[in-house]
Amino acid sequence: MKEGFVVIAYIAASILFILSLSGLSHQETARRGNLYGILGMVIALAATALQMNKDSYSILLAALVPGAAIGAIVALKVQMTAMPQLVAILHSFVGLAAVLVGFATYETGQGSSQVGQIVQLFEIYVGACIGSITFTGSVVAFGKLQGILTGKPLLIPARHFINLLMLVATIVLGAWFLHTPAPEGHKILLIATILTGILGIHLVMAIGGADMPVVVSMLNSYSGWAAAAAGFMLSNDLLIITGALVGSSGAILSYIMCRGMNRSFISVILGGFGTESGTVAVESASGEVNAINVEKAAEIILNSRRIIIVPGYGMAVAQAQYSLAEMVTMLKSQGIDVRFAIHPVAGRLPGHMNVLLAEANIPYDIVFEMEEINEQFKDTDTVLVIGANDIVNPGALEDPNSPIAGMPVLRVWEARNVIVMKRSMASGYAGVENPLFFKENTMMLFGDAKKVVDDILFQIRAAV
Amino acid sequence: MIKIGIPREVHQGEKRVAATPQTVLRLRKLDFEVGIEKDAGSEIGFSNGSYREAGAYVFDNVRELWGWADVILKVRPPEQNSQLGIHEADLLREKGWLISFIWPAQNKRLLEHLASRKATVFAMDCVPRITRAQKMDALSAMANIAGYRAVIEAANHFPRFFGGQMTAAGRIEPAKVFVIGAGVAGLSAIGTARSLGAIVRAFDPRSATKDQVKSLGAEFLEINLKEEGEGIGGYAKEMSEAFIQAEMNLIAQQAMEVDIIISTALIPGKPAPKLITKGMVESMKPGSVIVDLAAEQGGNCVMTEPGKLITYKGVTIIGYTDLPSRMAGLSSQLYGSTLVAFLEELRSDSGLKVDYDDQVIRSALVVHEGKITYPPPVMQPALPEPGMASKNVVSVSQSAAGIAVENETKKNLNPIWLILAGMALLLIGAFVPPSKLSHFTVFILACFVGWQVIWNVKPALHTPLMSVTNAISGIIIVGGMLQISGSEINLTTILGAIAVFVATINIAGGFLVTNRMLSMFRK
Repeated sequence: MKEGFVVIAYIAASILFILSLSGLSHQETARRGNLYGILGMVIALAATALQMNKDSYSILLAALVPGAAIGAIVALKVQMTAMPQLVAILHSFVGLAAVLVGFATYETGQGSSQVGQIVQLFEIYVGACIGSITFTGSVVAFGKLQGILTGKPLLIPARHFINLLMLVATIVLGAWFLHTPAPEGHKILLIATILTGILGIHLVMAIGGADMPVVVSMLNSYSGWAAAAAGFMLSNDLLIITGALVGSSGAILSYIMCRGMNRSFISVILGGFGTESGTVAVESASGEVNAINVEKAAEIILNSRRIIIVPGYGMAVAQAQYSLAEMVTMLKSQGIDVRFAIHPVAGRLPGHMNVLLAEANIPYDIVFEMEEINEQFKDTDTVLVIGANDIVNPGALEDPNSPIAGMPVLRVWEARNVIVMKRSMASGYAGVENPLFFKENTMMLFGDAKKVVDDILFQIRAAV
Repeated sequence: MIKIGIPREVHQGEKRVAATPQTVLRLRKLDFEVGIEKDAGSEIGFSNGSYREAGAYVFDNVRELWGWADVILKVRPPEQNSQLGIHEADLLREKGWLISFIWPAQNKRLLEHLASRKATVFAMDCVPRITRAQKMDALSAMANIAGYRAVIEAANHFPRFFGGQMTAAGRIEPAKVFVIGAGVAGLSAIGTARSLGAIVRAFDPRSATKDQVKSLGAEFLEINLKEEGEGIGGYAKEMSEAFIQAEMNLIAQQAMEVDIIISTALIPGKPAPKLITKGMVESMKPGSVIVDLAAEQGGNCVMTEPGKLITYKGVTIIGYTDLPSRMAGLSSQLYGSTLVAFLEELRSDSGLKVDYDDQVIRSALVVHEGKITYPPPVMQPALPEPGMASKNVVSVSQSAAGIAVENETKKNLNPIWLILAGMALLLIGAFVPPSKLSHFTVFILACFVGWQVIWNVKPALHTPLMSVTNAISGIIIVGGMLQISGSEINLTTILGAIAVFVATINIAGGFLVTNRMLSMFRK
């Protein structure tokens, strides 16, 4: 009776999770999707609690309540610009939990037949290793995104070799572990966990800041596989289903991000921009840049009929989205058509820009994806590039030697005027010069994105 | 080298020509030989010398030119050359190529005539309106000019200013202009009338045009009747009777108020809808002007006489069918450019090639080596996305369709990977005990479901997706819970409890932050 109930509850929870993910496909249904997810989780927890020994409820509550409280506080406090860090650190918790579950399962040491035992050991090993990579990798990703660690890729010599060595060692240790009878193996498991932990650190350390969206979604994927592995250990279908859903979701997101940069997944994971080719012949674009002041920029903006705004990570850093939203409202009331163009890898998280713009109450129907809007730059009077660099680099299309050659970019230079707001002439994360800055129709407006937007807003107010 | 011939247009009053020295130069750069009839450009102010300078041969004898050229470029469909007393289709050499406006739906007999010459004919009016083909879109180029010129003609016959003025001698009311149909010509007319200072209103059954009309500073009039007027490829379609009735009421009301009506309502391959009745014309103020851009297809106004200007009870009704030809220099330049772009599309390594898989070429191809190939088979219709704020509906709807198609291909797995995955599964099946296999089935199916579901998620929602999947992956808490057993404290329980603790942070944090994010998305 109880068994049957648990199975039904697990099925319900799985279906709710699937509905949750499919609900997220549109803005209108997204909130309902989130509710389905919560409902599924509650059902799953209740059903699992039912399976547990009544005596252990006190321990459960002691772990559950503070955890929920901490999670809630973090979630309500966090700044939207800090979303990538939050997601990364939350991934690390899943990884840690997977490692812990692996060890706990090992200590219980079930498994009936000889073959059954080996299979279970295998599952424990895989679960713990994936969990460990996820944990340390996410912590490093968090550190990089939070600015605790440098965003530059750390490239130790022969790092591919080191990675390979660690991988081989992990596999060898695994084979040894499988043939060690249950209670004695925990040292091997511990060593393997630490080893894969180091591997996780090393992998993510080597990846540059611009590739962070891929890393975060990859870690998301790993956290799913870790959960699925735990499901195999415990013969729990709910864990398997959910883990697989999350795992494939993260994998697809990573793939989408990689395609956005026209790079293969492997080359992103192995880290470093353009390092595969050894030396990169970057033909440094040169010439005079045309710097303008805020007054001139405001004048150009007010004289435009169609404006497209291209935000990048710089906007997020400067927290300029609120001022920007105010400017958009202002311009729209003047009958100017304002739209936003979002590159798939703008920011440090898939969809990062959309979230920030939504936070500032910019209606999502004026926010367009690259494929929707790229053809329209040529009919546009003015493009405002705010804190974006590589995603508007014409070199990606024009210069086959460019390290970012072939990456799809927003063709902003086709517009009549391009105003680039940037702190300095420094190159972007990819470390590539941007010929856009030297084009004839490009004007540079130097300064902090928020301050510049505020100043323009002031000028516009004065003018209308 | 392929020879391209450009004869003078023989149609009465047609001033345009299919090439200007500038486009000849571009053709020469593409390695075409170019021949042009003597005095072909005289109406647009280009001497034979200027064509010669651009690298074209100038032919005195038309027959010789038609015989010399592999490809003939024209503006108007072939017709009787009264000077020579021979039909232009007969001048075209056997198996020759022709690129021009053809209007195949209205000119069935011409198609047959051309087919009997074993010709290969491309109709520039059949180039589909897709993003890629924009530079070959001769219709839009001409419509743009026609829209502008319509306003200029109206202004020419309108006895007042367009813009309002307060002068010392009194107040001058601004003209009120009503534009029916907000296609390329309509939008161009709106823009022109606005920049002359008139008050402009516009109507179009396609609601997607609303923002475009507004973006040009005109007022968009709406009918309170739910029906979407956008047909295949961003063109208008025929509407229901109730809708037409409501539309007529709206026009009747506007006719009494406005000074100028510019009507551009056309439905592809059909006679123009009659929207302006005799009664409406009578209700207009004396001095008002109607410019009927649909005159060639019968006119939107029942009083329109195609090609003529008439006055009826003080209202001037302009039914000129040659508006682009009235700005022949610009028209020729733009049309010539679309022809160059089209030839570029046709060009392959070994001369010119008819590629049936190229949507642009296939749509424009109306006769192929004597076989009539019009109408083309229906290709994937572009689903327009209504309500998009953009200038060019067509390109937007097309790119939306393009994305949809791309999504399809993404979902279809590469067969090699499928085979590899199948082999991996077989291996697992061989080694894993049967008791575990049922879990494995579940695992694979869940991966598959995830794969199917995630592709539908909009990129704008990727961050919420990530945080919700993150929260869901906190399901690992179940693993931790199952390890907490009994009341006595042992290692397993402690590890389980810690796992539960961290997973809970994840669950609570993930769901709450997702909720916070999603509540921000608003339209």
